[in-house]
Amino acid sequence: MANGNGKTGLKDRIKETNDKLWNSQVVGAILRPGSPFKQGYSDSPRNRSYVVMNNVLYHLHPVKVKRHAVKLSYTLCLGGLSFFLFIHLTITGIFLMFYYTPTAELAYVDIQALSTDIAFGSLVRNMHRWGAHLMVLSVFLHMSRVFYHGAYKPPREFNWVIGVILLLLTLLLSFSGYLLPWDQLALWAVTVGTNMAGFVPVVGEQVKFALLAGVEVSAATLLRFYVLHVLAFPFIIVIFMAVHFWRVRKDGGISGPL
Amino acid sequence: MVDIPESLLRRSAEAKAKALGVPVEQVLAEMKGEGPPVEVSRAEPVAEEPAEEVASVEEPVSVEEETSVDQPDEAVEEAPSSTDEETSSSAAAEVEGRAAVAVEDKPEAAPPVEGNGSGDGQVAALVTPRPSVPPTGLPEGVRTQRLLTVVKARAIQSVKAEPQDKVNTWPHLMLIEFGALLAITALLVIMAVVIHSPLLDPANFNATPNPSKAPWYFLGLQELLSYFDPQIAGVTVPTIVGLIGFMMVPFVDRNPSTRPSDRKFAILLYSIFIAGSATLTIIGVLFRGRGFNFSYPWKDGIFFDDLKDWVDFE
Ligand code: HEM
Repeated sequence: MANGNGKTGLKDRIKETNDKLWNSQVVGAILRPGSPFKQGYSDSPRNRSYVVMNNVLYHLHPVKVKRHAVKLSYTLCLGGLSFFLFIHLTITGIFLMFYYTPTAELAYVDIQALSTDIAFGSLVRNMHRWGAHLMVLSVFLHMSRVFYHGAYKPPREFNWVIGVILLLLTLLLSFSGYLLPWDQLALWAVTVGTNMAGFVPVVGEQVKFALLAGVEVSAATLLRFYVLHVLAFPFIIVIFMAVHFWRVRKDGGISGPL
Repeated sequence: MVDIPESLLRRSAEAKAKALGVPVEQVLAEMKGEGPPVEVSRAEPVAEEPAEEVASVEEPVSVEEETSVDQPDEAVEEAPSSTDEETSSSAAAEVEGRAAVAVEDKPEAAPPVEGNGSGDGQVAALVTPRPSVPPTGLPEGVRTQRLLTVVKARAIQSVKAEPQDKVNTWPHLMLIEFGALLAITALLVIMAVVIHSPLLDPANFNATPNPSKAPWYFLGLQELLSYFDPQIAGVTVPTIVGLIGFMMVPFVDRNPSTRPSDRKFAILLYSIFIAGSATLTIIGVLFRGRGFNFSYPWKDGIFFDDLKDWVDFE
């Protein structure tokens, strides 16, 4: 403690405060008993387990996984990348929402401002847009890797079905976002896309009407697509992702080596 | 050793004090190593921690729910430490015997089921007996039991999980994931700096651009529409073949093997699908010009506005 002249050294005091903080009841309440943040981490099998167990990640990952499951060449991390891209899109999307108004008068102007005036606006908008394209691509590649591994075979049939729904939702998310800049590209791409929906027999016209909030793309469509894009579809896809990840674990981790 | 939170210690001490009929403070002091031992010296209050952690101390492999199921012998071994210290050893013997009875109650009832245990409804209860010396207040011979979990009988009988070659999620898997996260972030930032998002003229309902193209992931379909009747290209292919067909894949492909050499046909079909959709999409993106007519990108330019601000067309 004492550093020779009878006073407590700064270093000691920092250490003391630090110890007090980590042993306080508040921190104790936040961290689980075995948390390595509390205990200090030294590499040991038990601490390796504690890192996962005392962490919210325990909801996603078991403490141990099959050795082959961590081979990058097996999953190419494509499912994980799809998920990371989704997280990126959520974060950048929230940023964009601060500056965007979903009305026919303001949407285009707001995007223009984002691309030119607003700090980091252009960067974030670009990240959001290319992230969306990459996500479509990575979900598709993920599906392909699952197919080539035959990883949809029992007991994983149901997770494949969930996966197809995730693919559909990914496409819907991307498509609904496409309209939002409200420029010529957005308007006519969505017109072409929704015209295709109109061909579906019996329900086609109704589906199209519900999507467009009318018989053709209009100002009302913009609000509809906006709400679907920022709220409805993300909400639904998160639920399906939760089921998807849960099933990956319940079905015994990712499929075995070929 | 884990430091045991005060609240857990206390709970454990209370239980023990009640069983022994001594004051709580005395037991607590002993548990913290500050007081003289109560009756016997071996103090193991650990057992009051949540079951998963107790198990993990020995065997982090199976912290998942299988712990109590696949390794009943271990679960039983843990149990006595929560019992009265005094009778700990004799209780342990008894407990093992009894748990075995509980398990062996219906030895033939549930032969190991193949597949993923889609249950024949047989359940067995895995219980840890409370102290064999009845706690005060209960009539002689009455023993309380604590239900740990209800499991399928089959699961109890396959005593050991098959050994699997496993590694710790931390660090092996999580470091890779972290790397992937960094890589994708870097890629995105670089793309965002280099390629600008398009913003054409404001939406105008009276000026249809020529050509009008769907987003690229639907361009394959748009391409199909230019060959076939909309009933086929707009309906049959995307909804029936695409959505429903894909969902049915695991139920149509009954071949259990995952070896590529055993599933040549499936692989061929999927590869045709990929090659087909890639071809259609590329044609749609690069080889369709005014009026969605066939054009050569090197002669007529590229009509793909998504990359307008990046690629210098024409
Ligand atoms: C938003 C889209 C999706 C996300 C975020 C996602 C995420 C994941 C993740 C993280 C895994 C773990 C293994 C890996 O990374 O490869 C996985 C596995 C799996 N996914 Fe997806 N996925 C998505 C879409 C799909 C699609 C479109 C399909 C198929 C139609 C699918 C079918 C499966 C199957 C069957 C598994 C188990 C694979 C195995 O055990 O080897 N998923 N998914």
